[in-house]
Amino acid sequence: MDTLTAPLTNNESIRHEFPLFQKHPELVYLDSAATALKPKAVIDAVSGYYETLSTNVGRGLYPLAEATTEQVEAARARVARFIGAQGSEIIFTRGTTESINLLASSLAPSLRKGDNIVVTEMEHHSNFLPWQRLAAERGLEFRILPIGKEGGIERESLEKIIDHRTALLSVSAVSNVLGTRNDIEMITDTVKKIRSAIIVVVDAAQMVGHEAISVSQLGADYIAFSGHKMFGPTGVGILWGRQSLLESLPPYQLGGGMVIDACAELPQYKPVPYRFEAGTPDIASILGLGAAIDFIEGLGIDAIRAHEIDITRIALEKLHAAFGEEITVYGPTDADNRGGLISFTLAGVHPHDIAQTLGEENICVRAGEHCAAPLHRALKIPATARASFSVYTTGEDIDRLILGLERAKKTFTK
Amino acid sequence: MSTESPYQDRILDHYRNPRNFKSLKTCSHHGEAKNPTCGDRLSFEISVKKGLISDIGFQGEGCAISQASASLLTEYVRGKTASHALALAPGEVMGLLGISLSPTRMKCALLSLETLKMALKKQKM
Repeated sequence: MDTLTAPLTNNESIRHEFPLFQKHPELVYLDSAATALKPKAVIDAVSGYYETLSTNVGRGLYPLAEATTEQVEAARARVARFIGAQGSEIIFTRGTTESINLLASSLAPSLRKGDNIVVTEMEHHSNFLPWQRLAAERGLEFRILPIGKEGGIERESLEKIIDHRTALLSVSAVSNVLGTRNDIEMITDTVKKIRSAIIVVVDAAQMVGHEAISVSQLGADYIAFSGHKMFGPTGVGILWGRQSLLESLPPYQLGGGMVIDACAELPQYKPVPYRFEAGTPDIASILGLGAAIDFIEGLGIDAIRAHEIDITRIALEKLHAAFGEEITVYGPTDADNRGGLISFTLAGVHPHDIAQTLGEENICVRAGEHCAAPLHRALKIPATARASFSVYTTGEDIDRLILGLERAKKTFTK
Repeated sequence: MSTESPYQDRILDHYRNPRNFKSLKTCSHHGEAKNPTCGDRLSFEISVKKGLISDIGFQGEGCAISQASASLLTEYVRGKTASHALALAPGEVMGLLGISLSPTRMKCALLSLETLKMALKKQKM
């Protein structure tokens, strides 16, 4: 395993674990913030479930069904350990989006007219729209915290916007556009000093799998993230909540697997987390997520973070060196303060034209608003191009990006 | 996997040197449209006399496809009847561009037609 503990220097061996590179050897995949590629071990866990177990969870009394239940619970325990939580605090959802929608829906009855909900300008639509609608439906004020210098969140502006009627603050751990790593400890500390009952929700979709996370250290009340951005399959995500809070939360969807008794006038719900998991979950993806965590732990989360910092620093340096004044990079200037992604604009070339031109050379970047329209309005730009990195990103990938951008510049500059 | 590049010389020429990129001194019709997800923006000014498009100008900003499409479209409809322009189908605009595009980029290519029709359907305020 020790060849994998230094991801940057042993990059080729890591790339061998991702079958997509065998199918597309020329691929320069710089869209890991949209979804990470899947290692063979994860793909095997998914197909292995269908080939060797294939049974439903939590119901059957025969050995195969019991084995499925056992494996799903083992995956839950692995997720819990990975983020420093209890298994009973881990709710399996379809992804970050469903986790946040679940929360917004289940918190609704506890909110009162005149309360306010605070989100930030940098939120992804999935951490913006559910709260905006909840506020509108419950007669709450919806407040948007402006971002500060270098796309960060400042204590002073938090203190200005949070007050004694604030019911909830929801914030991303790492911005999917700016790359800003928000200081969640500072944020929860500041907010809870103003009013301890304020619920702090963290959208950790761009954080988990990229750097170490400990829920107790962050101090938040709920954390949402997706499996597919951390090498896991699509279709599975996590909502973590403090046990005591989850216990006071009404269920989201009703159906099979979440009640003890449904005959009485009032159904008796199962304890957390099961009362939030109505219906058959995406079992294969849950087992795949377990394998993804094994993969991450095999590499070492700190080694992954170190590699992403390296690649981000190299990319920032090379982009500035190649394009000087013509390139605008958004977010923090220092690689240590950002996640492994860079959003930018290039003078004279529209981001869509950048993405398409690069695409012609099998270089995958994202262009547009990245589901963060409010942020792009605040920055007063229509769109950005985004390159995002992971363990399999190499220095050569960055060189190909630079060459591709130079070609795009030549093609479009008037 | 990769198809022919949409950035043919003709498209790039219309992007770099857009035809009819101007504001009209007087116009009978005006329309603006945006593609909010990518920030393409177009504004058309049209002068219709006796049912004929006697002059047309556009302004805007955005990707090469959206701007070249507007340039090609204004060239095409100038001198034709307003009803002919209103009856144009998306396929005909794609024919003017002479390239094939993915569904996502199709929105960029067809913003010009949307703006043109919007302008022709309403009188200038």
